[in-house]
Amino acid sequence: MEALDLARWQFGITTVYHFIFVPLTIGLSLLVAIMQTVAMRAKDEIARDAWIRLTRFFGSMLIINFGIGIATGIVQEFQFGMNWSEYSRYVGDIFGAPLALEGLVAFFLESVFLGLWIFGWDRLPAKIHLLTIWCVAIGTMASGYFIIAANSFMQHPVGATLNEATGRAELDPEKGSILSVLTNVTTLAAFPHVIAGAWLVAAAFVTGIAAWHMVNHHNRARAAEAGSREAADHAHLAQRVFRPAVRFGTIGMFVAGIVLVISGDFQAQILFRQQPMKMASAEALCETQAGAPFSILTVGGPDAFSQDCSSVTHLIELPNLTSFLATHTFDATLQGVDDVNAQYKEQFGETVTDIHGVEHEADYRPNLFVTYWSFRLMIGLAVFSAILAFWALWVTRGKGESARTTGSGAFKWFALLAMPMPFLANSAGWVFTEMGRQPWVVYPNPDDPTIRLMTMQGVSSHPSWMVVTSLVVFTLVYGALAVVWFELMRKAALKGIPAPKRDQQTDEIDTPVLSFGY
Amino acid sequence: MGPIDPTALQTIWFILIAVLFLGYFVLEGFDFGVQMNLASLGKGSRERRGTMLKTIGPVWDGNEVWLLVGGGAMFAAFPEWYATLFSGFYLALLLILVALILRVCAFKWRSKRSDARWENSWDAVHIITGFLPALLWGVAFSNIVAGVGIDENSWVTTSLLGLLNPFALLGGIVFVLLFWLHGTAYLAIRTTGALRADANRQITWLAWPTIVLGAVYLIWNQLAHSHTWLAWLPLLIAAVALVAVVPLNRMGREGAAFVATTVGIGAAAVHLFLGLFPYVLPSSTDAANSLTVANASSSEHTLLVMTIAGVVLLPIVIAYQIWAYWVFRHRVTGGDSPAPGAELLEKARGGYRRAFEQD
Repeated sequence: MEALDLARWQFGITTVYHFIFVPLTIGLSLLVAIMQTVAMRAKDEIARDAWIRLTRFFGSMLIINFGIGIATGIVQEFQFGMNWSEYSRYVGDIFGAPLALEGLVAFFLESVFLGLWIFGWDRLPAKIHLLTIWCVAIGTMASGYFIIAANSFMQHPVGATLNEATGRAELDPEKGSILSVLTNVTTLAAFPHVIAGAWLVAAAFVTGIAAWHMVNHHNRARAAEAGSREAADHAHLAQRVFRPAVRFGTIGMFVAGIVLVISGDFQAQILFRQQPMKMASAEALCETQAGAPFSILTVGGPDAFSQDCSSVTHLIELPNLTSFLATHTFDATLQGVDDVNAQYKEQFGETVTDIHGVEHEADYRPNLFVTYWSFRLMIGLAVFSAILAFWALWVTRGKGESARTTGSGAFKWFALLAMPMPFLANSAGWVFTEMGRQPWVVYPNPDDPTIRLMTMQGVSSHPSWMVVTSLVVFTLVYGALAVVWFELMRKAALKGIPAPKRDQQTDEIDTPVLSFGY
Repeated sequence: MGPIDPTALQTIWFILIAVLFLGYFVLEGFDFGVQMNLASLGKGSRERRGTMLKTIGPVWDGNEVWLLVGGGAMFAAFPEWYATLFSGFYLALLLILVALILRVCAFKWRSKRSDARWENSWDAVHIITGFLPALLWGVAFSNIVAGVGIDENSWVTTSLLGLLNPFALLGGIVFVLLFWLHGTAYLAIRTTGALRADANRQITWLAWPTIVLGAVYLIWNQLAHSHTWLAWLPLLIAAVALVAVVPLNRMGREGAAFVATTVGIGAAAVHLFLGLFPYVLPSSTDAANSLTVANASSSEHTLLVMTIAGVVLLPIVIAYQIWAYWVFRHRVTGGDSPAPGAELLEKARGGYRRAFEQD
């Protein structure tokens, strides 16, 4: 393999890996902040006790997860210079700014306040301590905002002009400068989508783990001797601790789902205008077509699922849907992959020169197999979240005295199965976004295509063995960390929450400890 | 022919990058030092190693961000510097990155299980990831100030073995010694009892090799690589500060001794950056390919935008980081690190804490 392919594999592996943990951190820090807020505002002692315990329970997992997100994030920042130095030179005048702002605004906020939150439970007044976790949550979202602004510049460059003398892109005050970059319409559409994706990850995570414990405690309460203290404790944990957490997670999933659909719809329409090649490749649409359908199953010849779509056959199609997704009209004309390719060859040249001055024949088509299926995977996996949310809502229906919990093993195992699905959907979404942009690293803005760079022009000049070394090292280290991370998360999740203390005489639940501080 | 004179904004950003790395070395320096000390002061006692790590537990993460912001600022203000340096020092950076990754995990995960093997393993990771990045940062910065081979594409031609030259290796050792000393002085002000006494004893025997090798290294840099006689000034300040560590320590002035190691590291960093100016990465092969403050920077407009952002944001960041240090200012004892007068609260929350074991 060439250094270019290796560098791309490395970026893909490290980024997908990084983005397993990041959505959970972004989503869970917000959910934990809300849990702690609910605890502080709760009027009733038992609810307050439950929410504090839930805050600390999910907080312990947040901390485990936070570490690995930070660790892999350092690689992300350094990797642009290490493997993509020519890209860094080309866009550094613009692209570096959001990265530096991310550090100044977000990284400091997250890391300093996470330390204060973890170690400040007994040090800080309750309200200040609550504020620290909110700072963490806001920091993680701000971080997402700046990195998406940076990424959006690669999808749809704005606010900049090509400096003919240096051959590099420069921030241009006449085009709105950094404000244009930060308010890029691509950013404004992608940010809510990515953040809601993170909420879905975290909400499904909370729902899944809480459902597991709720079912277990429900069954243990039934199994214990009726009227015994053990039965009462398990019933309490199922009813008053984990059931609210399941409901809480479910609400989070609904909110996330609504934002995902609205922002995704907005993104599809932007994609149609800004990146016609990516739009066509999402559908593996070869020829330009009016009223383009949305296919659910597609097969093709031996070469079909690479860049060649001539032998692709769409087996099951929903008529006109892709046109509708792109424009909100059923009969809109969508450009096909081959037509856009021909247009780009005319516009940007039949050949492209790489960093060593070697000419290659230009092919402006991404890998259709990857774009087609990652797009479907992203959307299709939402089915799991939807079933989980409605099922959880149903089994926990009722209010007050008639509030239900369930002992259903099927529900418990489904909740567990549905937990990783939003993680996969997030990865699939990013794979689609980034692979669909290929072969560009900076996709030309149709209104001003002067700023553009192909991936082969952005890579560093390294011998293959060097990139192989880092690729192997990162993959091994990351693989080992994944095992440790999973073990720690599993242990922390299975630990659950112990039963509250009871007064020896009255058998009433005793919560003086918590009212002391809060 | 010398390099073109940089503009005011370019100079400001060179200074800012220097300040960010100075902040990183001063702050993360004692974190690295505390990690190194797990091997010396923490030898044989797992509990003591836990106590030592608690002194930096709440703050190391914020300290490391100085590097991330330094790297981001370098990308934004000097993209050519960032691109050439990070691609050119590829394998050295790879090692640093792996060390930094493992170190984050050691910090976050060591206390997640309480069996001896688990904690001992992470302690070993702590020790390695304290020494290794310190050594490699020393090697990397020595090569930056001394210059490396750069071709007409601004690509570095020096190999990893070429980076490991005598000057750079000495720089690596000096960085290790400086951070080790700094971390020891930090432990002296943040701990109590036998650990504090041991830390104070270690300062004495650690200070002398640091002073001697540090002096050789900085004078070597001044004579061979520095571009201005002005860099003698921070060199002298660093020397005075480091020599002062020993008597201050003898007098029991722990706080002042820590200030002295801080000044020593800060002045050494100023010396390196001041001597480097107006270059950012001199070429040892063809002077025409040298990266300078003037030719490696972003456009004036980008620098202006970033200056505004920095002026607004950096004071806020520094303010809350100082506040975080203030919150965790108390000495850490062998126990569960209560604030003074918090026994009552501790007692009341005992059962609650045992139930969660989060801290």
